[in-house]
Amino acid sequence: MIPGPIQGDAVTIMARIEQDHNRFKQIVRGRIKGNLRKYITRGELIGRKGKDLISIPLPQIDLPRFVFEPRQKGGVGQGEGDIGSVIGVGENEGTGEAGDAPGQHVMEVDVPLEELARILGEELQLPSIQNKGRKNIVTEKDRYTGIAMAGPESLRHFKRTYKEALKRQIASGTYSPLNPAIIPIRKDKRYRSWRVSRMPECNAAIIYMMDVSGSMGEEQKEIVRIESFWIDTWLRSQYQGIQVRYIVHDAEAREVDQETFYHTRESGGTVISSAYKLCDRMIAKYFPPDEWNIYLFHFSDGDNWSQGDTEECFTILRELLVPRSNMFCYGQVESPYGTGQFLADLKENFSAVEKVVVSQIESKEAIYASIKEFLGKGR
Amino acid sequence: MPLTPDLETLRREIRGYAREYGLDFFEVYFEVIGHDQMNEIAAYGGFPTRYPHWRFGMEYEHLKKSYTYGLHRIYEMVINNDPCTAYLLESNALVDQKIVMAHVYGHSDFFKNNVWFSRTNRKMLDEMANHATRVRRYMEKNGVEVVEDFVDQCLSIESLIDPHSQFFARQRPREDKPEGEEEDKQVVHRLRSKDYMMNFINPPQFLEAQRQRLEDDRLKARRIPEEPVRDVMKFLIDHAPIENWQREVLAIIRDEAYYFAPQGQTKIMNEGWASYWHSKIMTEKALTDAEVIDYADHHSGTVASHPGRLNPYKLGLELYKDIEDRWNRGRFGKEYDECDDHREKRDWDLHLGLGREKIFEVRRIHNDVTFLDAFLTPEFCADQRLFTFGYNKKTGTYNITAREFKKIKDQLLFGLTNHGQPFIFVTDANHDNRGELFLEHRHEGLDLKVDWARETLRNIHKIWTRPVHLMTVVEEKRKILSFDGADYAERDTTDDVAVA
Repeated sequence: MIPGPIQGDAVTIMARIEQDHNRFKQIVRGRIKGNLRKYITRGELIGRKGKDLISIPLPQIDLPRFVFEPRQKGGVGQGEGDIGSVIGVGENEGTGEAGDAPGQHVMEVDVPLEELARILGEELQLPSIQNKGRKNIVTEKDRYTGIAMAGPESLRHFKRTYKEALKRQIASGTYSPLNPAIIPIRKDKRYRSWRVSRMPECNAAIIYMMDVSGSMGEEQKEIVRIESFWIDTWLRSQYQGIQVRYIVHDAEAREVDQETFYHTRESGGTVISSAYKLCDRMIAKYFPPDEWNIYLFHFSDGDNWSQGDTEECFTILRELLVPRSNMFCYGQVESPYGTGQFLADLKENFSAVEKVVVSQIESKEAIYASIKEFLGKGR
Repeated sequence: MPLTPDLETLRREIRGYAREYGLDFFEVYFEVIGHDQMNEIAAYGGFPTRYPHWRFGMEYEHLKKSYTYGLHRIYEMVINNDPCTAYLLESNALVDQKIVMAHVYGHSDFFKNNVWFSRTNRKMLDEMANHATRVRRYMEKNGVEVVEDFVDQCLSIESLIDPHSQFFARQRPREDKPEGEEEDKQVVHRLRSKDYMMNFINPPQFLEAQRQRLEDDRLKARRIPEEPVRDVMKFLIDHAPIENWQREVLAIIRDEAYYFAPQGQTKIMNEGWASYWHSKIMTEKALTDAEVIDYADHHSGTVASHPGRLNPYKLGLELYKDIEDRWNRGRFGKEYDECDDHREKRDWDLHLGLGREKIFEVRRIHNDVTFLDAFLTPEFCADQRLFTFGYNKKTGTYNITAREFKKIKDQLLFGLTNHGQPFIFVTDANHDNRGELFLEHRHEGLDLKVDWARETLRNIHKIWTRPVHLMTVVEEKRKILSFDGADYAERDTTDDVAVA
C-alpha cells in the first residue's frame, strides 16, 4: 500500500507556506524599518522606483555560514572559447559604497510604495491626515463584483459559462470524454456584473517651489530631491490621484516638469515673491481651494533679494496662500554664501500660525527630522 | 491529486520499461500538483511538512517570482523515501509527464541502490513531520521568536557535519583500563637488546623521543576533543551548555543535514543517471512518432549547458554514456592505457559488451568525487569542451583559464569535495584553559568569506556562550578570528595547525 503523504492536506500546506512567507515579509519589513534613516538620507531609493513598487536593497538577510570567498573560487564550464575569453561579468557588489563591507550579499526586495509609506508613517509616527472633507463632491465608480445571468456578450464570463455548460452536459449525459466538446446554450451563459459605488472625492495637490538661484548647489538640490520624494510617498499614500506641480524661481518664477525641477541649475538673484505669486495664480486656475487639499512646499537657502520683497512675500502668504492651503511648509537648506535671513523672518511673523511649518535642513542627516516636522501635524 | 486514469496507464507502461531494463527502485507514489503548490513544496526542500521557518518563505518568494517572470519551471520533484514520493507539474504536456516519470524511476533506483544513500532515513516524510511537530511544541512553550532565533543559529552551522562518519566510527571507543595499568604505560619502552648494545639500540635521543610521545599522548587524552572533530554540530550537542529543547532542535537540524548530504554528494551522478534512463526509456520504448519533436525540445532543455556553469544533468549523462561505451569496447585497463598508437586507440574494440553492467556498478558504489576521479578522461574533457575559469580582478570578469585535463579535473574535484564547502574542525573546547571554543579551518588554497565567517562565529557563540575562535588564512596570513560576545577581534598567529 502506498500512503499518500499530502492527500487532503493541501489546505494546511497552503496555510503553512503562507505563515512562513508572512514571517519572511515581516522580517524584511523590520529590516527596512531599522534601516529607514539610512535609506532616507542616502536617497538611493529614488532611482529604484517603479510604478507601484520600489526595489530596496537589503543587507544580508540570508543565514551566514562558513563559505569560500566567491571571487577566489573559479570553476569548470563547458563550451567554446579560447583561453582568456570572458564568460561572465563579476557581480557588481557594494555599488557606490567603497569600503562598506565588500562583497556583502545584497538582496533586493520589492516593496509596494504604499507599504513603504506605512513603514515611514510608523517609524516617524506620522499621524494620518485629517481630510478637508468635501463630502458634497461625490465620484461614481464602477466595479465588477459579481456574476449575472444576463448581460452583453462582451462581458461574458468564459470560465463560468463553460462550467455551467459542462455541468449541464454531464448531468444530461451528453458529455463524452472522448469527444469533450462543450456547447453552451442560452441558460448556461454567465456575465460579469458590476456595482456602482459612490465615494466622496478628496483631491489633493502638492506644489513644490524651489529656489534655483546661484547659491543653491548640487548638494542642496539633492536634499530637496530626497525630501520631496519622501513627502510625495507619504502624501500619495494618504490621497488617491494626487496632483503634483513644480515651480522654480530665481528672480523670476516659472512652472517646470519634474525632471527640470530637480536638475536645472540657474544663476541669478532671488525674488521669492515671484514664486508665491505664480503659486497663487496656479491655485486660482487649477485648484479651487474649496475642492482641493493643497500642500505647499518651498525650499530655499533663505537669501531673499531685499527685505521689501520679504515683506511682500509675507503679505501674499498671509492673505492668499496660507488661508487656501492645508499647510505651507518652508524648508531651508544651508547656504554656503548667505545668511538665511528668510527663515528667521518667517518664524518671527508666522510662529502663531499653525498651518505654517518651517524647518531647517543643514545636511542630509537632517532630512529625517525635517520630514517629521513637516508631516508630523497630520493636516 | 493522484494520477488521472490516463496518467496511471502511462505510469504502468513506463514502470514496466524501467523494470525490463533492470532498474530496481522503491515504489513511486506520484502526485499531480499545480505550479503554486510545486513552488511551495520546493521551498520546503520537497517535503510538504517542515518546521516553521522564515527561510522557507524566502525561498518560496524567490521561486514564485522567478516562476512568474518565466525564469524557471519545476517539472518534477522526487523525494528519497520508501516509497518514493514524486510530484508532477499539472501543466506538463503528456510527453513531459512521460519523460518525468521515466526520470523519476531513475532517481528512485539511485536512491535505493547507491551506497551513499544507504544510511538515510527512508521514512523521512514521517520524520520531517515529527520534527515539525516538535519544533512547533517548543515554539508554543518557549515563544516563537526564541525558537526561531535558535533555529537561525543552528542553520548557520548546518554544513559543519561529517558525512563520512555515517559509515565508520570516527572515534575509537576508549579502552577502559584499570587504574594500575595506566601507570605502566608511562614507562618508556626500550627495544630489546643485549646489555652491552643497549646504548646503541636505544640511544638517549630515542628514549627522549619516546618519552615525549608518551607525554603527548597523555596530554591528548586530557584534551577535549582528543582528535579534531569535523562534526561540529554533534560536538555542540554533546558539550554546549544549552537547554534540552535547544539540544533537540540542534539534533533535528543535524538529522536533516545528514539526510540531505548524499544528495549533495551525488548530484552529478544522480541527475546523470535519471537523465540516462529517461532518454533510454523514451527513445527506445515509450516515444510515439508525434512526440519526437517535443521530446527533443524538452531533453535538450534539460541538458543544455551555459558557459561558465556546469550542468550536472549533462555531465553525468555524458559520463555514463562514455563509461558504457568504454566498457563495451574494452577501452580501459593497462593494455589500453599504454597503447600509444593514436589510430589503434581510436578504433579499439574488444566487443566486451560490459558497459551496462559497469554503469550499474558505478551507480552503486560511487559518489561525485570518486565518479569523476575514476572516470574522467582527457578524451572526454576534450570532447565535452570543458574548461576552467577564474575571476580576473583587473577586469572584473570571469575568464577561461585553461583547457588542460589535469587542471580541469583538479578544479572539478576541488569544487565537489565536501560539497564545495570549507573544512572546519573543533580542535579545542578549553582554549586557553578558559572554556573557549577553538575552531580551525583547514585551508586548501581558498580563503573564507570573512564577513560571513564573523557572523557565523557570532551565531556559534550564542550556542557555546563562551568566546569562540577560528583559525584560518586570510590573504596568505594565518589569522585567528574571534568573537567574545561583544566584539570581533582578528589577530595574526604563528600557532601550529592541528589539522593539515
